[in-house]
Amino acid sequence: MTPEEIHSLLAETFPDDVLAWDPSAKDPFVVIRPDGTPGVMRFLKEDPRTAFDFLDNLSGVDLGERLCVVYHLFSFAHRHRFVVKVEARRDDPRVPTAALIWRGARWFEREAYDLIGIQFVGHPDLRRIMLPDDWEGHPLRKDYVYPTHYAGIDNRREYD
Amino acid sequence: MAEIKTEEMVLNMGPHHPSTHGVLRFILKTDGEIVHECLPDVGYLHRSIEKIGELMTFQGFVPYTDRVDYVASMNSNLAYCTAVEKLAGIEVPRRAEFLRILVCELNRISSHLIAVGALAMDVGAVTPFPYALRERERINDLLEEVCGARLTYNYIWIGGVSFDATPGWLDKILHFVETFENIIPEFNRLISGNKIFVERLRDVAIVPREMAIDYSLSGPNLRASGVDWDLRRDEPYSIYPELEFDVPLGHGECGTVGDSYDRFIVRVREMEQSCRILRQCIAKFPHDQPDFRAKVKTVKPPPGEVFVRTEAPRGEQGYYLISDGTAKASRVRIRTGSFTAMAIIEEIAVGCMIADVIAIIASLDVVAPEIDR
Amino acid sequence: MKPLLDSLIARFGITDPGLTLGVYATGMVVFCAIVLMGFVAPAAGIISFIERRIAARMQSRVGPNRVGPQGVIQWVADGLKCLLKEDLIPTEADHLLFRIAPYLVFIGMFGAFVVIPFGSSLVIADLDVGLFYLLGITSLVSVGLIMAGWASNNKWSLLGGMRAAAQIVSYEIPAGLSLLTVILFAGTMSVQGVIRSQGWAPHTWLMFQNPFLFASYFIFFTAALAEGNRTPFDIPEAESELVAGYNTEYSGMRFALFFLAEWANLYIIGAVSAAVFMGGWQLPPGVPDAVRPVAELLLFLGKSSIGVFLAIWVRWTFPRLRVDQMMEVCWKYLIPISFANVVGTAVWMVFLPKGQLPASAASFVMVALAAFLVVLFVRRVRMNLRESDMPIHLNPFV
Repeated sequence: MTPEEIHSLLAETFPDDVLAWDPSAKDPFVVIRPDGTPGVMRFLKEDPRTAFDFLDNLSGVDLGERLCVVYHLFSFAHRHRFVVKVEARRDDPRVPTAALIWRGARWFEREAYDLIGIQFVGHPDLRRIMLPDDWEGHPLRKDYVYPTHYAGIDNRREYD
Repeated sequence: MAEIKTEEMVLNMGPHHPSTHGVLRFILKTDGEIVHECLPDVGYLHRSIEKIGELMTFQGFVPYTDRVDYVASMNSNLAYCTAVEKLAGIEVPRRAEFLRILVCELNRISSHLIAVGALAMDVGAVTPFPYALRERERINDLLEEVCGARLTYNYIWIGGVSFDATPGWLDKILHFVETFENIIPEFNRLISGNKIFVERLRDVAIVPREMAIDYSLSGPNLRASGVDWDLRRDEPYSIYPELEFDVPLGHGECGTVGDSYDRFIVRVREMEQSCRILRQCIAKFPHDQPDFRAKVKTVKPPPGEVFVRTEAPRGEQGYYLISDGTAKASRVRIRTGSFTAMAIIEEIAVGCMIADVIAIIASLDVVAPEIDR
Repeated sequence: MKPLLDSLIARFGITDPGLTLGVYATGMVVFCAIVLMGFVAPAAGIISFIERRIAARMQSRVGPNRVGPQGVIQWVADGLKCLLKEDLIPTEADHLLFRIAPYLVFIGMFGAFVVIPFGSSLVIADLDVGLFYLLGITSLVSVGLIMAGWASNNKWSLLGGMRAAAQIVSYEIPAGLSLLTVILFAGTMSVQGVIRSQGWAPHTWLMFQNPFLFASYFIFFTAALAEGNRTPFDIPEAESELVAGYNTEYSGMRFALFFLAEWANLYIIGAVSAAVFMGGWQLPPGVPDAVRPVAELLLFLGKSSIGVFLAIWVRWTFPRLRVDQMMEVCWKYLIPISFANVVGTAVWMVFLPKGQLPASAASFVMVALAAFLVVLFVRRVRMNLRESDMPIHLNPFV
């Protein structure tokens, strides 16, 4: 199926959840409402026409006003690809988890939480993965301030 | 008879240990020798490469991509440069494409040599590792001749490659391929057919097809579980559409499909196929076209985003680039094969013995820099 | 030696016969221990050097060749280095057991050298129960290993110690049963007696007397490798898994003692299998008497080096067995086969008694069979070399 066909299938199955559609991008993507994520994702995985059984990539992106989760999906049965984006508010970034749908999403979502700070609601084990457990802040955000201390130790250099 | 109360032992397979896959830590909860829970703890090699991608220009970031997977850094370079070229619409000259694929396949062979040698060493047979390293030295000499470096090459640049092939380089590669095709059977006679080796790896950590797909495994790990998917053949990039090669799959020849032995033997067979690709590249090399790099001043792609995947030796390496029209990327997301392979260890190591955990990590061919970036 | 002891007795004015005997005995024991140490310690060191060179050549590299001409004093340098290192005992470790463990391992190994005959009269103590004593004294090693694993206060060392215990105790049985076949056939437990029951020619060696003894040789060799914690049975000290297993917390000379014991044990494997199965020091009759002792010694050393080389070769070729596989090999395969060997040898001895024609003919057949196997092996090696088409460097002094 082409991305347009998948989009129209989604639009008729989940009319309230599809917020935007950009067919002119190099990888056409659809933006869906955060609350509709579990339904849409499960549909995309289990419906035999789409059959997206492979979660290729899950990225957290800081778009400035909002935070965004980008899902790149692939289907081995039909050999087609699709991109889904879910945007979350910056001050309370909560997105339902996809870890119960694709088990590969567990670690992808842990990384997005660790580095961008998106809370994945319903994730079985949401904790930091790359950074130490007591790190403060989410480094890949655009407004991240590099810490001056870690565990009480000053890490600024003194230049003479 | 009264039940003997036993406690689980919590072992720390710490970041500092002689197994060769980088700085990885596992917390094992075992009942004697049998593992009940295996929790990977990653992040010891996190260098915030993705954040650095937002601070450097597109061309300046290329050496950082070497460090994403330093065992097979040509392939990481290629993935990033292909992504930027697709985003910015830069066309790469044909000679550069051939040079790129030559070095990438050479690097694939050397990366698989490390993988199978390290697997043999972790399982206890020390001898195959120096044999593999001996061949890797010859590849390193070839690559050093063309770009000056032995490990992190920084050879594939945006728009082409950094240096042209030296005179006689192609003949040296051909000579290497001819001798290497005799070394693989010798290696197989040494270790691949060894009964003890087979017994250590057969039926250990079987990853069935559905689990492999669900956990987003890619590359040789996915093919060992029986999924016939290779980006070089199915979604080709560069000059792969013109090349002919087979894609080895795991058939469960010494056990079940998707066990550790399949992951090992798929890599050995991929080395043979890479030799085939190298021969074809040398035969089809465009000697009459002298351009090896497109003339690119500053890379300022139009605003947009692209996700490009390439077949790296450890899996699928994908770069998701978002550009906002300036000379620096807005987001560089690196999707690596070892990351998802590490995620699956948590599930497949349960029920194995401690010795098997080492074999599993080695058969999945994870390297810490790819996991942590 | 006797004059020295006599002068000592005269100095101290000892007249009591019991005490005199005691002085003689103690003196002789000390003298023998010093002589034996003078052989064992350098032998272990030299074997460590030879192992490193052979391992390196098998891995297409060179091995130690800097310290001294061709690296021959590498082992001296290593020993000195270990002596000079800091002696570190972890605070939480059990200090007494931590210190005792290497000595127990060393005693277990060293005691085995007492019964090994290097010549027809070159043996420290030709005990009547020599082989039985051998099995017993080497069991001290397992006690030492468990102590080392426990005393280190380190979960990985404990695992290594537990694995070592299971392995050594299990593999005592096939080793003992294989030696039992030898004892049955030779009729004596004394090692010199076993050697004297053989002759100098291969068809008189115990190994070729009947197929059960032939199988016993290989089972004994395998079980002895397992007793000595050599790959493919080196799980207790598996490097890539446990760092060094029970060795992890040891440093300096204590560490060196463990390894000394391991290399000396390697020599014991070669020596016992050469003595018991391959005719020991038996020389052809034409050698003049003046040269005889030296010739016997050299022949024995040569035969035991075959066993040492085989063990080194096996170590650097094979991967290691997992714990459950190792136990399975022992209990499900080696032990039933060794029992069958014992019964088979006994039955053979009844129906084909020694000295009569069918038995001697059978031994010639066995020798021919063994020679045939060697020829097959050489052919296979040559085929491998031809196919791999690589340059071969046979010069060990590269």
